Amino acid sequence: MTATAAPGFADPVLSAQSVFRAIMDATARPGSIQSIEGVASAPPPLSAGAAAIALTLLDQDTPVWLDACLAAVPECGDWLRFHTGAPIAADASRSAFAFVGSAAQLPQFDTFSLGTPEYPDRSTTLVFQVDGFSVGPPLALSGPGIRGRQVFRAAPLPADFAERLAANRAQFPCGVDVLLVCSNAVAALPRSVHVIAEGG
Amino acid sequence: MYVAVKGGERAIENAHRLLASARRGDTALPELSLEQISGQLTLAVDRVMTEGSLYDRELAALAIKQARGDLVEAIFLLRAFRATLPRFGMTEAIDTANMEIRRRISATFKDLPGGQVLGPTFDYTHRLLDPTLAEGEHSVEPASAAPVDGPMPRVTDLLASDDLIEQSPNADPADPVGDLTRDPLGFPADRDLRLQNLARGDEGFLLALGYSTQRGFGRTHPFAGEIRLGEVEIEIFAEEVGFAVPLGRLTVTECQMINQFKGSATEAPCFTRGYGLAFGHCERKAMAMALVDRALRARELGEEVKAPAQDEEFVLSHSDNVQATGFVEHLKLPHYVDFQSELGLVRRLRAEFQALRSGDTSLAREAAE
Amino acid sequence: MSGPTYNFAYLDEQTKRMIRRAILKAIAVPGYQVPFASREMPMPYGWGTGGVQVTAAILGPDDVLKVIDQGSDDTTNAVSIRKFFAKTAGVRTTTCTTEATVIQTRHRIPEAPLGEGQVLVYQVPIPEPLRFLEPRETETRRMHALAEYGLIHVKLYEDIARHGHIATTYAYPVQVDGRYVMDPSPTPKFDNPKMNDCAALQLFGAGREKRIYAIPPHTTVVSLDFDDHPFERYRFDAPCALCGATDSYLDEVITDDEGGRMFACSDTDYCEKRRATNRDDAVPGNGPGAPAMDAASR
Repeated sequence: MTATAAPGFADPVLSAQSVFRAIMDATARPGSIQSIEGVASAPPPLSAGAAAIALTLLDQDTPVWLDACLAAVPECGDWLRFHTGAPIAADASRSAFAFVGSAAQLPQFDTFSLGTPEYPDRSTTLVFQVDGFSVGPPLALSGPGIRGRQVFRAAPLPADFAERLAANRAQFPCGVDVLLVCSNAVAALPRSVHVIAEGG
Repeated sequence: MYVAVKGGERAIENAHRLLASARRGDTALPELSLEQISGQLTLAVDRVMTEGSLYDRELAALAIKQARGDLVEAIFLLRAFRATLPRFGMTEAIDTANMEIRRRISATFKDLPGGQVLGPTFDYTHRLLDPTLAEGEHSVEPASAAPVDGPMPRVTDLLASDDLIEQSPNADPADPVGDLTRDPLGFPADRDLRLQNLARGDEGFLLALGYSTQRGFGRTHPFAGEIRLGEVEIEIFAEEVGFAVPLGRLTVTECQMINQFKGSATEAPCFTRGYGLAFGHCERKAMAMALVDRALRARELGEEVKAPAQDEEFVLSHSDNVQATGFVEHLKLPHYVDFQSELGLVRRLRAEFQALRSGDTSLAREAAE
Repeated sequence: MSGPTYNFAYLDEQTKRMIRRAILKAIAVPGYQVPFASREMPMPYGWGTGGVQVTAAILGPDDVLKVIDQGSDDTTNAVSIRKFFAKTAGVRTTTCTTEATVIQTRHRIPEAPLGEGQVLVYQVPIPEPLRFLEPRETETRRMHALAEYGLIHVKLYEDIARHGHIATTYAYPVQVDGRYVMDPSPTPKFDNPKMNDCAALQLFGAGREKRIYAIPPHTTVVSLDFDDHPFERYRFDAPCALCGATDSYLDEVITDDEGGRMFACSDTDYCEKRRATNRDDAVPGNGPGAPAMDAASR
């Protein structure tokens, strides 16, 4: 813990509410883009948007795992611990949240906790930093929360992202939920989402 | 009528004003002070603190006053307040072996180190209404004696040193103590969570369940190894200084039951334990809790689960009087939307029934449409 | 003794975070009951504490809140909960269904179709649809894990064998997105079809039973039934005596002790809107009659 960690939300109560509603709307409408107010003081490579999600959802009850890109910069872990109280988890499969700073290093989903058939809620939620939602190959989505189909783009994503999502869906109700976040917007791909095959 | 008339809001306000006036009662009489409640209705305050899960005599007294003496309502008030309090940390486990004793009795040994100390008890009083109390101004000086010197070891510790009773498992730092106010209770529940649930549980419910085990519904052959009442120090480990610092003192009642022995081809027979602990002086609660704790250990001790008191889902799901009173009393709320649905079905079934009885099958078919 | 101070929307931030995390899981696994560490609220368990905790966790200063009980904004419990949020969160409240961003309800789904920007929060007493068939949580949890729902079909079929009809008239079980069987809370089965492909997010809070579950917008929700006994809605066959509606769920009001009764919309906002826009539509009939009991004397 460091006393020099940069500040968090300007208004902890109302900012957290506003970011939560964006995350909730994103999860309820998979693939939709919801704007959030990022936290400018987040230590790079932790993005302003990911930092806002952390302040909204993390606390001492949620072990958080950081990918190699974020773990390489001690300020990121310090900042998260100082502002949220969340313990840093060494073991991804025992984390409530996993923050992923680099698409290239996104681990396979089964590295994380997928929950159990009795308690599918005991799974890891991934917070995956992306640059934006306007470029990248289109993913056609369907499922709960989607009227008909929804086209979704984000970049950068791993090349086999669609296959990973399909494999995740195949394990339903177990599986991970993915929040994708850039500096000022969030989208969600909860485990309930179906990826429609190309041309489907 | 609950609705169909506007003005529900005013009706509620008026009902609450009436409640405040009924609470105060006859204004020609002096109003009860919190000091009087806390000082003279001590056992009521103790019960409210125990089941309210908050050690604060002043707030418990306020809750009792506000609840017009309805203890379950007072417990509810205290719980609702407790739920809003920030959590600073967890104290070290209290050490009842080092309790400053006010009362200590054992039903299993005639004499033992430290002796038997009766303390303030209803035991052996003749339950005759006392007219002198009705007249008021009744003060009695307690008899005094030098405090008991020397240690007062717990009876179960004495037995444990001879291996005659099962060892109390040591706390495992890797397996933190659960807290059902922070994580929802799941089944099967470990003993830490069961004990927490029982400590918060309704005294009357536990009393009845404990009683049922004595009557054969999950018999455990209990002996009251020891009941002790007194003050214990509470300490919290301070990260900054690296050691535990005292926070203050609590009055607690502890009951350790010594129960039916276990043993097997590989394990020498020894007695088993049932444990009860309550804030303040809540002896009936602590004893009942110890009986139910032992009964709920059936699974762990390889006993067949047959009786209600051994059934952890049944006991733990129904012990909380704040939950129970809420759900029982919610039947007062309007249910006419669902009732209307039932009414419609019953009318239809009756019409079909009548039609069938009158032998008119065409009518019956029609009614069934 | 200093007076206690409470946070925005009453709950402390740590509690809100815990509930918010549960809500997200609930949305991600539609129809699955997420356990959460429900808090003691300043109103009794069974009186809407689950719904209140969910509402408190999502509510923001820009929200417009509507609270109904039995379809009505004016029932005592609805009034009490609305006042609670007006006081602790300072949010604007409304009785108008279309104007609200968050609607907390007990036992009804509003008649007016809900929109994309809305959240419907249900108060739930017993969230487990299998509870009255199997009282043990360990067993029902296993049945959900295996999607083993034969028991509930057997129960519904036994009704048909005994009564000639499915005898469940409220809290009628539904299956969400083809997976979890879910209790819709004690809404009349008349309301079940409104849950299907609903544009609004539906959140369910059971405080005493410590469960949160959800139906995302535009999700398939099917009432359980049989090919030879399809699900059917029930509605008393009469127009509303006040607004003439023939498509709304009706309350039966007893008007005298000689069998006199009238039927009026249970959704008071729907009824009032219809009367305001189309006064000529109303069917002449008994007025609402004098209240049988003075409200203040309860």
